[in-house]
Amino acid sequence: MFSYVMRRLVMLIPVLVGMTLITFSIVHLIPGNPAQVMLGETATAEAIADLEESMGLNEPYLVQYGLYISDLLQGDLGTSLRSKAEISQEIWPYIAATFELTVFAMLFAIFIGVNAGIISAWKQNSWFDFLAMLFALVGVSMPVFWLALMEQWVFAQELGWLPAYGRENSRDPMAPITHFYVLDSLIHLDFARTWVTLKHLILPSIALGTIPMAIIARMTRSSMLEVMKSDYVRTVRAKGSGTFLVIYKHALKNAMIPVLTVIGLQTGVLLGGAILTETIFSWPGLGRYVYEAINYRDYPVIQSGILVIAFIFVIINLVVDVLYKLIDPRIKY
Amino acid sequence: MSDQETVLEMNDLHTHFFTDSGEIPAVDGVSLRVNKGEVVGIVGESGCGKSVASLSIMQLVPSPPGRIVDGDIQFKGENLATATEKRMRKIRGNEISMIFQEPMTSLDPLFTIGNQMEEAIRIHQKISKKEARTKAADMLKQVGIPRAEAILDEHPHQLSGGMRQRVMIAMAMSCDPELLIADEPTTALDVTIQAQILDLMRKLNKENDTAILLITHDLGVVAEICDRVVVMYAGQVVEEGTAREILKDPKHPYSQGLIRSLPKLREREQKLYSIPGTVPKPKMGRVGCRFADRCPFAFDRCYEETPSLIQLNNQRTSRCFLYDKEAQEDAESPVGS
Ligand SMILES: Nc1ncnc2c1ncn2[C@@H]1O[C@H](COP(=O)(O)OP(=O)(O)OP(=O)(O)O)[C@@H](O)[C@H]1O
Ligand code: SF4
Ligand SMILES: [Mg+2]
Repeated sequence: MFSYVMRRLVMLIPVLVGMTLITFSIVHLIPGNPAQVMLGETATAEAIADLEESMGLNEPYLVQYGLYISDLLQGDLGTSLRSKAEISQEIWPYIAATFELTVFAMLFAIFIGVNAGIISAWKQNSWFDFLAMLFALVGVSMPVFWLALMEQWVFAQELGWLPAYGRENSRDPMAPITHFYVLDSLIHLDFARTWVTLKHLILPSIALGTIPMAIIARMTRSSMLEVMKSDYVRTVRAKGSGTFLVIYKHALKNAMIPVLTVIGLQTGVLLGGAILTETIFSWPGLGRYVYEAINYRDYPVIQSGILVIAFIFVIINLVVDVLYKLIDPRIKY
Repeated sequence: MSDQETVLEMNDLHTHFFTDSGEIPAVDGVSLRVNKGEVVGIVGESGCGKSVASLSIMQLVPSPPGRIVDGDIQFKGENLATATEKRMRKIRGNEISMIFQEPMTSLDPLFTIGNQMEEAIRIHQKISKKEARTKAADMLKQVGIPRAEAILDEHPHQLSGGMRQRVMIAMAMSCDPELLIADEPTTALDVTIQAQILDLMRKLNKENDTAILLITHDLGVVAEICDRVVVMYAGQVVEEGTAREILKDPKHPYSQGLIRSLPKLREREQKLYSIPGTVPKPKMGRVGCRFADRCPFAFDRCYEETPSLIQLNNQRTSRCFLYDKEAQEDAESPVGS
């Protein structure tokens, strides 16, 4: 297993190089003078020259790329044009916010989706199956922003049960440690705050988790139906085993292989930052960070944000591959 | 040998599939008997309903769409056709075991051989994991697997087809069943392995006195190990008798066709004979002999009336008008063809 992971990590190197090439060229594909574009029409010639100097835009491309890579290797993601802060310092809270939301959204999606899929397959063509699949169909087709707004209207505005915005009570901010607020509140042993944080997570998690949940439910159902027809499931039944063993040991483990792919992809999508949802819920996540950078033409932030998102995708992929290997002994590299 | 103790008796079994395109009588009134310690073969071409008949015994017919609509299956004073699922679980793998054609896909690819064998044992026997493992290793040795301990920790994809079928047999035999149903256990294997697996089954039959119901379309396999044979055609039994008699002197024109299509070692026939046509798709309310379209002896009555099984001697039956005593003058005997 260890050597498998190491080999996969080595295989990542060309992918990472490709990624940096793309993010590097983002700045250089800007038509005209990048410094001029970044600073806008009204910029003075002096300011432009300063920026060109500080970003090394006067050097040959190859040298620039070399500098870019050596900076990255030292953990230097550049400086934000807007806040003048180190991006590597500034970006972490946004990553943590998105990560925390993704974890809860995916837990919700996986728990409901997988179980609904199992029951649907087991009780194929029952009223449960019918309702669950109808719900899943509605779930994948529903615009996320609409669902988010409806949630806010019903549960925050009308019923007043749950907060509609942000990660915490803004009048009583957290002293962050890891920037994962649930974790931080637990570290502080401040369980009242844990509850507040969890309440803030509920609505955006449901909004974000609904599409993955619907996709996972449908995938689990079809995959389970396929597996339940297989010869080895028939063998298990011929041994005299009960339904539980058939479904939760043999059928589920086999059916999970394709479902895992979907879970990985969807996790990647959510981690990439859901700009719309983060905006509606005022969630200070990665999507919003990059989105705002685009508005301000803050190219170093755009560049680094995209690199971080791509990197997260790659890591998720690796995790999924490792999970495959754990589940399926037939896989070898 | 009606004085022998009967293990399984199937009486007029009807298993139908209810599909969008109508009701399909895949098993249409099958009766058969398996005595203690006996090897009974069910032969017939593809689509005759052999698998559905055998799966019915275990209540493993895919449902929906399949369902036993009539008839009974007597096993130790109990009717399996109407037994509850809970009761069937106690019987499956314990008193009646089953192995299948595809050893490649019949084992769960994600679990080790040991895990799957221990599972089979522990479903029916209240013993510890460790004891089950020891027992599993013993079973593997019994079916002639050399490095049993190591195999327990391997996954199915690491074994050859023949090995996997041995594992399936070991698993099926682990609770010492009275009846082993083997649905084409050697069809997917190459010839030398086929012979080994048949030898193994013969040995287990002799040593443990386990009755075997062997499904095959290969009369060579029948000649090898069966005591009695049931020939099926289009969902029905068309002939029954001892293996020796049926191979030497088949009565039903279908059985004769099957035997003619066996490759013979001594005769140098250029082309292998095969019965013209194919098995008709099962459908409801059919009149006339089902084999009539392909039968070289078919005459008018075969299309107008439906033949029933005719008792030829105390253990020989045939579903053919040629052996109908009252109408004997209507046709010439094909015997000796
Ligand atoms: N799941 C099903 N749905 C509908 N019809 C079925 C189903 N399974 C079997 N049948 C019908 O039952 C008939 C008998 O099938 P069965 O599998 O018993 O044949 P067989 O004699 O075992 O053939 P083979 O040698 O190919 O295994 C088929 O012709 C088919 O029409
Ligand atoms: S009943 Fe007629 S058609 Fe059928 S097998 Fe006998 S001779 Fe042939
Ligand atoms: Mg079959």
